[in-house]
Amino acid sequence: MNATTLPTTARVRRTRATQEPAWVRWSLIGLTLAFLTLFLFVPLILVFYEALKKGTDVYFAAIIEPDALSAIRLTLTVAAIAVPLNLVFGVAAAWAIAKFEFRGKNLLITLIDLPFSVSPVVSGLIYVLIFGLQGWLGPWLAEHDIKVIFAVTGIVLATVFVTVPFIARELIPLMQAQGTEEEEAAVALGANGWQTFSRVTLPNIKWGLLYGTILCNARAMGEFGAVSVVSGHIRGSTNTLPLHVEILYNEYNFAAAFAVASLLALLALVTLALKTMVESRITQPKENANEHRSA
Amino acid sequence: MSTFRQHSILPGFNLALGFTLLYLSLIVLIPLSAAFIRTTELTWQEFWFAVTTPRVLASYRLTFGAAFAAASVNAVFGLLVAWVLVRYRFPGKKLIDALVDLPFALPTAVAGIALTALYAGNGWIGQYLEPLGIKVAFTPIGVFVALTFIGLPFVVRTVQPVLEDIEAELEEAAAMLGANRLQTFTRIIFPTIFPALMTGFALAFARAIGEYGSVIFIAGNMPMVSEITPLLIITKLEQYDYAGATALAVVMLVISFILLLVINLLQWWGRRRGALA
Repeated sequence: MNATTLPTTARVRRTRATQEPAWVRWSLIGLTLAFLTLFLFVPLILVFYEALKKGTDVYFAAIIEPDALSAIRLTLTVAAIAVPLNLVFGVAAAWAIAKFEFRGKNLLITLIDLPFSVSPVVSGLIYVLIFGLQGWLGPWLAEHDIKVIFAVTGIVLATVFVTVPFIARELIPLMQAQGTEEEEAAVALGANGWQTFSRVTLPNIKWGLLYGTILCNARAMGEFGAVSVVSGHIRGSTNTLPLHVEILYNEYNFAAAFAVASLLALLALVTLALKTMVESRITQPKENANEHRSA
Repeated sequence: MSTFRQHSILPGFNLALGFTLLYLSLIVLIPLSAAFIRTTELTWQEFWFAVTTPRVLASYRLTFGAAFAAASVNAVFGLLVAWVLVRYRFPGKKLIDALVDLPFALPTAVAGIALTALYAGNGWIGQYLEPLGIKVAFTPIGVFVALTFIGLPFVVRTVQPVLEDIEAELEEAAAMLGANRLQTFTRIIFPTIFPALMTGFALAFARAIGEYGSVIFIAGNMPMVSEITPLLIITKLEQYDYAGATALAVVMLVISFILLLVINLLQWWGRRRGALA
């Protein structure tokens, strides 16, 4: 639906009849900027200001301290497991949903989106109910000396849960808009499944795939609530970066807390920059696909 | 949709769908059902008692009240931001458009400590509010501020594309027929974007209800006063009250599912409106 309407009307030159008077325009712009400054920009600037308030020595000391380094390592490890898993899932789900017709498709799409509407705390809790000491598998896991809750495995599982929809929901509409003609042509010409996917589908969806991956990664590295429930907050062992921020903050070590937080804020800014760059690339093939279809 | 796609010549359907269902079951569906199945260990009376104690009821009031207030503020200002970004040109517009998504990208713990430092009695904003008798940090108002921050992009991002798609001809026709700008807005533009606005509101509300990270720092977390329901779940877990925590989680899940249904209906309504226009 969205893909078939061309986004041109916004650029139509407006005449006096369909344009507000200048004073209305500028007061609305002013109000918007004031609101966004108060709610977005000031908090963002404050993170960096508080982080650097006591000087760069304190700042870097907080970041290269062993507990912080281990938190960075764990956060990177968790993202390095969770993101590829959801990448494979996203591609498989989008392939099935976008390229084939079958019953219950809408239900499946809703189920994929489900983790977005679950509270992060509940997302962590459900894994405790399965793998925790009082959980379904708890006694068996204890017998075999396997730790899931209060261990890295639990953190990975909770992170995978909260980031399940990101890549799939990016790819499904994109691949639906692209249709199946190109893949069918490839198969008719004798390409096997892998060749069809890697030579025809993948080049068409690469920017959408990248877009979903960027968002998935940002959430995987920044997740707090779900991870907080399953982590156990063991310093130097099951502490991710966001949890480390919390611990430092609760110890009134504000300079260090904001120093570590500034790393995550930088990650957010890099994410937004990449996202904006990739966004301009995604619209291109979408429009081409439409021209192609309407031709 | 053509019917022949049901007999597609494309390979990999069984593999792709099979993997999708397996993955979804293991990661999402079975764990979620665990919450519901574990609650059945309680009798109905025990369950009802667990989810209606005064402390729990106070947490519902705060969670839903603050989430509703925050989503309402986001509906008004989100519409304003979307309008300004779509209709007007001003320096720095591209940058602002990109930064609107900051609450999505910024980890909630970072947002939480930043807002707390900002609104604390000695903070950049708090120091001016304190003399006026307005305390934000460590009060229910703080919860509202945090929820407003995290819900900000939803309304903007749902209204923006609909606003972009409104045909200029429609507004020209209204102007030709003698409508002033305010009439055009209230009679033509607003009804067109209303479904998207409601969708954005519902998304922001749903997100705010479950939010944890950004709230716990600024809330002060006093039982009966500034304790949100997700925090109460964690408190119960830490006291090894698994049954109580699970019962509360089930209440939250049921509410989330109802909201998800409402959001789907709103989106369906919006698509139908769009098709008719």
